[in-house]
Amino acid sequence: MILTAPEIDPGAFAEHTGWEIKPEGACKADRCVPLPGAPEEGPVPAALLAEPLGMALVHDAPRALWALGPESGGRALLSAQMPELELPDRHGRPFSLGSLRGTRVVMVAWASW
Amino acid sequence: MWQELREELVPQGVEVLTVALDSGGAEAAGPFIDAANPRHPSLIDATHRLDELLGINNVPMGVWIDEQGTLVRPPEIAHPGTSVLRDMLAEHGVPQDAPPLLLETLAEAAKIRVDPERYGAALRDWARRGGESPYALSPDEVVQRSRPRPPELSEAAAHFELGVHLRAEGDVDAAREHFRAAHRLDPGNWTYKRQAWSLEDPLQGPTEYYEGDWLKDVRASGAEHYYPRPDL
Repeated sequence: MILTAPEIDPGAFAEHTGWEIKPEGACKADRCVPLPGAPEEGPVPAALLAEPLGMALVHDAPRALWALGPESGGRALLSAQMPELELPDRHGRPFSLGSLRGTRVVMVAWASW
Repeated sequence: MWQELREELVPQGVEVLTVALDSGGAEAAGPFIDAANPRHPSLIDATHRLDELLGINNVPMGVWIDEQGTLVRPPEIAHPGTSVLRDMLAEHGVPQDAPPLLLETLAEAAKIRVDPERYGAALRDWARRGGESPYALSPDEVVQRSRPRPPELSEAAAHFELGVHLRAEGDVDAAREHFRAAHRLDPGNWTYKRQAWSLEDPLQGPTEYYEGDWLKDVRASGAEHYYPRPDL
Protein backbone atom coordinates (compact mmCIF):
# COMPACT_ATOMS: atom_id res chain seq x y z
CA MET A 1 0.00 0.00 0.00
CA ILE A 2 1.60 3.28 -1.17
CA LEU A 3 1.56 6.16 1.30
CA THR A 4 2.53 9.78 0.84
CA ALA A 5 2.74 10.30 4.60
CA PRO A 6 3.66 7.85 7.37
CA GLU A 7 0.07 7.52 8.50
CA ILE A 8 -2.93 5.65 7.22
CA ASP A 9 -6.61 6.39 6.90
CA PRO A 10 -8.42 3.40 8.49
CA GLY A 11 -10.99 3.25 5.68
CA ALA A 12 -8.35 3.13 2.96
CA PHE A 13 -6.40 0.56 4.98
CA ALA A 14 -9.44 -1.70 5.28
CA GLU A 15 -10.23 -1.36 1.59
CA HIS A 16 -6.68 -2.19 0.56
CA THR A 17 -5.77 -4.90 3.03
CA GLY A 18 -9.01 -6.26 4.47
CA TRP A 19 -7.80 -5.35 7.99
CA GLU A 20 -10.40 -3.30 9.87
CA ILE A 21 -9.29 -1.08 12.71
CA LYS A 22 -11.58 -1.57 15.68
CA PRO A 23 -11.34 -0.68 19.39
CA GLU A 24 -9.85 -4.15 20.04
CA GLY A 25 -7.20 -3.76 17.34
CA ALA A 26 -6.77 -4.62 13.67
CA CYS A 27 -9.17 -7.41 12.70
CA LYS A 28 -9.38 -9.66 9.65
CA ALA A 29 -11.25 -12.96 9.29
CA ASP A 30 -11.42 -14.35 12.85
CA ARG A 31 -8.20 -12.72 14.02
CA CYS A 32 -7.74 -9.45 15.93
CA VAL A 33 -4.29 -8.04 16.68
CA PRO A 34 -4.00 -5.41 19.44
CA LEU A 35 -2.58 -2.06 18.36
CA PRO A 36 -1.05 -0.46 21.45
CA GLY A 37 -1.01 3.31 21.24
CA ALA A 38 -3.30 3.56 18.20
CA PRO A 39 -5.64 6.58 18.21
CA GLU A 40 -9.35 5.86 18.65
CA GLU A 41 -10.22 7.72 15.48
CA GLY A 42 -8.57 9.38 12.53
CA PRO A 43 -5.34 8.44 10.77
CA VAL A 44 -3.13 5.79 12.36
CA PRO A 45 0.67 6.06 12.28
CA ALA A 46 1.88 3.42 9.82
CA ALA A 47 4.58 2.24 12.23
CA LEU A 48 1.91 1.33 14.80
CA LEU A 49 0.33 -1.05 12.29
CA ALA A 50 3.51 -2.37 10.72
CA GLU A 51 5.07 -4.18 13.63
CA PRO A 52 2.08 -5.96 15.22
CA LEU A 53 0.86 -7.13 11.80
CA GLY A 54 4.28 -8.04 10.43
CA MET A 55 3.85 -5.55 7.59
CA ALA A 56 7.13 -4.21 6.24
CA LEU A 57 7.19 -0.42 6.11
CA VAL A 58 9.60 0.72 3.42
CA HIS A 59 10.47 4.40 3.23
CA ASP A 60 11.77 5.98 0.06
CA ALA A 61 13.06 9.20 1.61
CA PRO A 62 14.16 11.02 -1.58
CA ARG A 63 10.66 10.66 -3.06
CA ALA A 64 8.79 11.11 0.24
CA LEU A 65 6.97 7.83 -0.23
CA TRP A 66 6.25 4.86 2.02
CA ALA A 67 4.97 1.42 1.14
CA LEU A 68 3.36 -0.97 3.57
CA GLY A 69 3.75 -4.61 2.60
CA PRO A 70 1.23 -7.38 3.33
CA GLU A 71 1.06 -9.09 6.71
CA SER A 72 3.74 -11.72 7.28
CA GLY A 73 4.83 -14.38 9.70
CA GLY A 74 2.41 -17.01 8.45
CA ARG A 75 1.00 -17.97 5.08
CA ALA A 76 0.05 -15.71 2.18
CA LEU A 77 -3.60 -16.51 2.90
CA LEU A 78 -4.88 -15.67 6.36
CA SER A 79 -8.23 -17.20 5.51
CA ALA A 80 -9.81 -18.94 2.54
CA GLN A 81 -12.23 -16.08 1.95
CA MET A 82 -11.50 -14.49 -1.40
CA PRO A 83 -10.66 -10.83 -0.68
CA GLU A 84 -12.92 -8.14 -2.07
CA LEU A 85 -11.29 -6.67 -5.13
CA GLU A 86 -12.30 -4.39 -7.96
CA LEU A 87 -10.20 -4.31 -11.13
CA PRO A 88 -10.73 -2.64 -14.50
CA ASP A 89 -11.30 -4.36 -17.80
CA ARG A 90 -9.29 -3.35 -20.86
CA HIS A 91 -11.57 -0.33 -21.39
CA GLY A 92 -11.13 0.86 -17.81
CA ARG A 93 -14.56 -0.25 -16.67
CA PRO A 94 -14.43 -1.43 -13.05
CA PHE A 95 -15.43 -5.00 -12.32
CA SER A 96 -16.01 -6.27 -8.80
CA LEU A 97 -14.97 -9.85 -8.21
CA GLY A 98 -17.78 -10.03 -5.67
CA SER A 99 -20.30 -9.67 -8.51
CA LEU A 100 -19.62 -13.31 -9.37
CA ARG A 101 -20.80 -14.48 -5.94
CA GLY A 102 -23.23 -17.35 -6.43
CA THR A 103 -21.18 -18.78 -9.28
CA ARG A 104 -18.10 -20.95 -9.03
CA VAL A 105 -15.09 -19.24 -10.57
CA VAL A 106 -11.68 -20.29 -11.77
CA MET A 107 -9.57 -17.14 -11.68
CA VAL A 108 -6.37 -17.22 -13.67
CA ALA A 109 -3.51 -14.73 -13.50
CA TRP A 110 -1.55 -14.27 -16.73
CA ALA A 111 0.64 -11.55 -18.20
CA SER A 112 1.65 -10.12 -21.55
CA TRP A 113 5.32 -10.34 -20.66
CA MET B 1 -7.01 -22.25 -24.30
CA TRP B 2 -9.20 -20.88 -21.49
CA GLN B 3 -11.90 -19.76 -23.89
CA GLU B 4 -12.58 -23.26 -25.19
CA LEU B 5 -12.56 -24.68 -21.71
CA ARG B 6 -14.85 -21.92 -20.51
CA GLU B 7 -17.57 -22.92 -22.99
CA GLU B 8 -17.40 -26.40 -21.50
CA LEU B 9 -17.41 -25.22 -17.88
CA VAL B 10 -20.09 -22.52 -17.95
CA PRO B 11 -23.04 -24.93 -18.47
CA GLN B 12 -21.80 -26.73 -15.34
CA GLY B 13 -21.81 -23.52 -13.32
CA VAL B 14 -18.14 -22.51 -13.45
CA GLU B 15 -17.12 -19.15 -14.90
CA VAL B 16 -13.60 -18.27 -16.00
CA LEU B 17 -12.09 -14.96 -14.91
CA THR B 18 -8.71 -13.92 -16.26
CA VAL B 19 -6.53 -11.20 -14.76
CA ALA B 20 -3.48 -9.73 -16.50
CA LEU B 21 -0.67 -8.81 -14.11
CA ASP B 22 0.74 -5.99 -16.18
CA SER B 23 2.19 -2.75 -14.85
CA GLY B 24 1.69 -1.36 -18.34
CA GLY B 25 -2.07 -1.69 -17.87
CA ALA B 26 -4.36 -1.73 -20.88
CA GLU B 27 -1.59 -0.55 -23.16
CA ALA B 28 0.38 -3.73 -22.45
CA ALA B 29 -2.36 -6.31 -21.94
CA GLY B 30 -5.11 -4.79 -24.10
CA PRO B 31 -3.90 -6.00 -27.50
CA PHE B 32 -3.71 -9.59 -26.22
CA ILE B 33 -7.22 -9.33 -24.80
CA ASP B 34 -8.52 -7.83 -28.03
CA ALA B 35 -6.94 -10.65 -30.04
CA ALA B 36 -8.46 -13.29 -27.78
CA ASN B 37 -11.84 -11.51 -27.69
CA PRO B 38 -12.90 -13.42 -24.58
CA ARG B 39 -16.51 -13.95 -23.53
CA HIS B 40 -15.50 -14.22 -19.88
CA PRO B 41 -14.51 -11.26 -17.66
CA SER B 42 -10.95 -10.31 -18.52
CA LEU B 43 -9.41 -7.80 -16.12
CA ILE B 44 -6.13 -5.96 -15.69
CA ASP B 45 -4.19 -5.73 -12.44
CA ALA B 46 -1.60 -3.02 -13.10
CA THR B 47 -0.35 -2.89 -9.52
CA HIS B 48 -0.13 -6.67 -8.99
CA ARG B 49 -2.69 -6.72 -6.19
CA LEU B 50 -3.15 -10.46 -6.68
CA ASP B 51 0.52 -11.09 -5.87
CA GLU B 52 0.05 -9.41 -2.52
CA LEU B 53 -3.43 -10.66 -1.68
CA LEU B 54 -2.99 -14.30 -2.66
CA GLY B 55 0.74 -14.97 -2.92
CA ILE B 56 0.83 -15.38 -6.68
CA ASN B 57 4.45 -15.49 -7.84
CA ASN B 58 4.35 -16.76 -11.42
CA VAL B 59 1.98 -16.96 -14.36
CA PRO B 60 -0.23 -18.67 -15.21
CA MET B 61 -1.49 -19.33 -11.70
CA GLY B 62 -5.10 -19.94 -10.79
CA VAL B 63 -7.41 -20.23 -7.81
CA TRP B 64 -10.80 -21.87 -7.59
CA ILE B 65 -13.58 -19.96 -5.80
CA ASP B 66 -16.89 -21.50 -4.74
CA GLU B 67 -20.36 -19.94 -4.81
CA GLN B 68 -19.85 -18.33 -1.38
CA GLY B 69 -16.62 -16.62 -2.39
CA THR B 70 -14.44 -19.15 -0.55
CA LEU B 71 -11.22 -20.35 -2.11
CA VAL B 72 -11.24 -24.11 -2.54
CA ARG B 73 -7.80 -24.25 -4.10
CA PRO B 74 -4.90 -21.88 -3.35
CA PRO B 75 -2.78 -20.28 -6.05
CA GLU B 76 -1.10 -22.96 -8.16
CA ILE B 77 0.18 -23.33 -11.67
CA ALA B 78 -2.90 -23.40 -13.89
CA HIS B 79 -2.20 -24.97 -17.25
CA PRO B 80 -5.29 -26.77 -18.51
CA GLY B 81 -4.31 -27.17 -22.15
CA THR B 82 -1.53 -27.08 -24.63
CA SER B 83 0.55 -23.99 -25.17
CA VAL B 84 0.05 -22.16 -28.45
CA LEU B 85 3.76 -21.38 -28.52
CA ARG B 86 4.74 -25.01 -27.95
CA ASP B 87 2.33 -26.20 -30.63
CA MET B 88 3.70 -23.69 -33.12
CA LEU B 89 7.28 -24.65 -32.36
CA ALA B 90 6.48 -28.36 -32.62
CA GLU B 91 4.83 -27.85 -35.98
CA HIS B 92 7.13 -25.31 -37.58
CA GLY B 93 10.33 -25.56 -35.56
CA VAL B 94 12.38 -22.56 -34.49
CA PRO B 95 13.34 -20.17 -37.30
CA GLN B 96 17.09 -20.56 -37.62
CA ASP B 97 17.61 -16.90 -38.47
CA ALA B 98 16.14 -15.85 -35.11
CA PRO B 99 18.44 -13.91 -32.74
CA PRO B 100 20.66 -16.23 -30.67
CA LEU B 101 19.07 -15.09 -27.38
CA LEU B 102 15.63 -16.01 -28.70
CA LEU B 103 16.87 -19.42 -29.85
CA GLU B 104 18.43 -20.12 -26.46
CA THR B 105 15.36 -18.86 -24.63
CA LEU B 106 13.03 -21.05 -26.67
CA ALA B 107 15.28 -24.06 -26.16
CA GLU B 108 15.23 -23.51 -22.39
CA ALA B 109 11.48 -22.86 -22.37
CA ALA B 110 10.95 -26.20 -24.11
CA LYS B 111 12.42 -27.91 -21.01
CA ILE B 112 9.78 -26.43 -18.72
CA ARG B 113 7.41 -29.16 -17.60
CA VAL B 114 3.68 -28.66 -17.51
CA ASP B 115 1.00 -31.22 -16.82
CA PRO B 116 -2.13 -29.87 -18.50
CA GLU B 117 -3.97 -33.17 -18.54
CA ARG B 118 -3.99 -33.58 -14.75
CA TYR B 119 -4.95 -29.96 -14.08
CA GLY B 120 -7.67 -29.98 -16.74
CA ALA B 121 -9.07 -33.26 -15.41
CA ALA B 122 -9.16 -31.93 -11.86
CA LEU B 123 -10.91 -28.76 -12.96
CA ARG B 124 -13.50 -30.71 -14.94
CA ASP B 125 -14.10 -32.95 -11.93
CA TRP B 126 -14.77 -29.90 -9.74
CA ALA B 127 -17.08 -28.47 -12.40
CA ARG B 128 -19.03 -31.72 -12.43
CA ARG B 129 -19.09 -32.52 -8.71
CA GLY B 130 -18.64 -29.19 -6.96
CA GLY B 131 -17.86 -29.51 -3.26
CA GLU B 132 -17.94 -33.32 -3.55
CA SER B 133 -14.86 -33.23 -5.76
CA PRO B 134 -11.72 -34.46 -3.97
CA TYR B 135 -9.90 -31.54 -5.58
CA ALA B 136 -12.01 -29.01 -3.63
CA LEU B 137 -10.05 -28.41 -0.43
CA SER B 138 -11.23 -27.33 3.00
CA PRO B 139 -10.57 -23.72 4.08
CA ASP B 140 -7.82 -24.89 6.43
CA GLU B 141 -6.10 -26.86 3.67
CA VAL B 142 -6.31 -23.87 1.33
CA VAL B 143 -4.62 -21.64 3.91
CA GLN B 144 -1.97 -24.24 4.76
CA ARG B 145 -1.15 -24.82 1.11
CA SER B 146 -0.77 -21.11 0.35
CA ARG B 147 2.73 -19.77 0.11
CA PRO B 148 4.64 -19.15 3.36
CA ARG B 149 5.20 -15.45 3.90
CA PRO B 150 8.19 -14.64 6.11
CA PRO B 151 8.89 -10.94 6.86
CA GLU B 152 11.30 -10.52 3.95
CA LEU B 153 8.51 -11.31 1.50
CA SER B 154 6.43 -8.50 2.95
CA GLU B 155 9.40 -6.20 2.45
CA ALA B 156 9.82 -7.48 -1.11
CA ALA B 157 6.16 -6.74 -1.82
CA ALA B 158 6.53 -3.20 -0.48
CA HIS B 159 9.57 -2.58 -2.67
CA PHE B 160 7.85 -4.06 -5.71
CA GLU B 161 4.83 -1.84 -5.18
CA LEU B 162 7.08 1.21 -4.92
CA GLY B 163 8.80 0.11 -8.12
CA VAL B 164 5.53 -0.17 -10.01
CA HIS B 165 4.34 3.16 -8.61
CA LEU B 166 7.53 5.04 -9.45
CA ARG B 167 7.73 3.51 -12.92
CA ALA B 168 4.20 4.74 -13.60
CA GLU B 169 5.29 8.16 -12.38
CA GLY B 170 8.16 8.11 -14.87
CA ASP B 171 10.95 7.76 -12.30
CA VAL B 172 12.59 4.82 -14.05
CA ASP B 173 15.85 4.79 -12.08
CA ALA B 174 14.10 4.85 -8.72
CA ALA B 175 11.78 2.09 -9.89
CA ARG B 176 14.77 -0.09 -10.79
CA GLU B 177 16.21 0.36 -7.29
CA HIS B 178 13.04 -0.99 -5.74
CA PHE B 179 12.67 -3.79 -8.27
CA ARG B 180 16.24 -4.88 -7.47
CA ALA B 181 15.41 -4.92 -3.77
CA ALA B 182 12.28 -6.99 -4.42
CA HIS B 183 14.30 -9.50 -6.47
CA ARG B 184 16.94 -9.79 -3.73
CA LEU B 185 14.34 -10.32 -0.99
CA ASP B 186 12.09 -12.72 -2.91
CA PRO B 187 14.32 -14.45 -5.47
CA GLY B 188 11.76 -17.15 -6.20
CA ASN B 189 9.17 -14.64 -7.38
CA TRP B 190 9.07 -14.84 -11.17
CA THR B 191 6.33 -12.24 -11.34
CA TYR B 192 8.52 -9.59 -9.74
CA LYS B 193 11.48 -10.50 -11.90
CA ARG B 194 9.78 -10.93 -15.26
CA GLN B 195 7.71 -7.77 -14.88
CA ALA B 196 10.84 -5.70 -14.22
CA TRP B 197 12.98 -7.38 -16.88
CA SER B 198 10.27 -7.01 -19.51
CA LEU B 199 10.22 -3.25 -18.97
CA GLU B 200 13.83 -3.17 -20.19
CA ASP B 201 13.80 -5.85 -22.87
CA PRO B 202 10.82 -7.79 -24.27
CA LEU B 203 12.97 -10.93 -24.37
CA GLN B 204 13.91 -10.39 -20.70
CA GLY B 205 17.56 -10.77 -21.63
CA PRO B 206 20.62 -9.45 -19.75
CA THR B 207 20.72 -5.72 -19.02
CA GLU B 208 22.96 -3.49 -16.96
CA TYR B 209 20.10 -2.87 -14.54
CA TYR B 210 19.54 -6.31 -13.07
CA GLU B 211 21.82 -9.14 -12.02
CA GLY B 212 19.44 -11.73 -13.39
CA ASP B 213 17.63 -12.34 -16.64
CA TRP B 214 15.17 -14.98 -17.72
CA LEU B 215 17.62 -17.38 -19.29
CA LYS B 216 20.23 -17.06 -16.57
CA ASP B 217 17.76 -17.44 -13.73
CA VAL B 218 15.84 -20.32 -15.27
CA ARG B 219 19.08 -22.17 -15.90
CA ALA B 220 20.24 -21.46 -12.35
CA SER B 221 17.09 -22.84 -10.75
CA GLY B 222 16.51 -25.55 -13.34
CA ALA B 223 13.79 -25.32 -15.98
CA GLU B 224 12.10 -28.35 -14.40
CA HIS B 225 11.42 -26.26 -11.27
CA TYR B 226 9.98 -23.27 -13.11
CA TYR B 227 6.40 -24.50 -12.79
CA PRO B 228 5.97 -26.44 -9.53
CA ARG B 229 3.67 -29.37 -10.17
CA PRO B 230 0.22 -28.72 -8.63
CA ASP B 231 -0.44 -30.97 -5.63
CA LEU B 232 -3.55 -32.62 -7.05
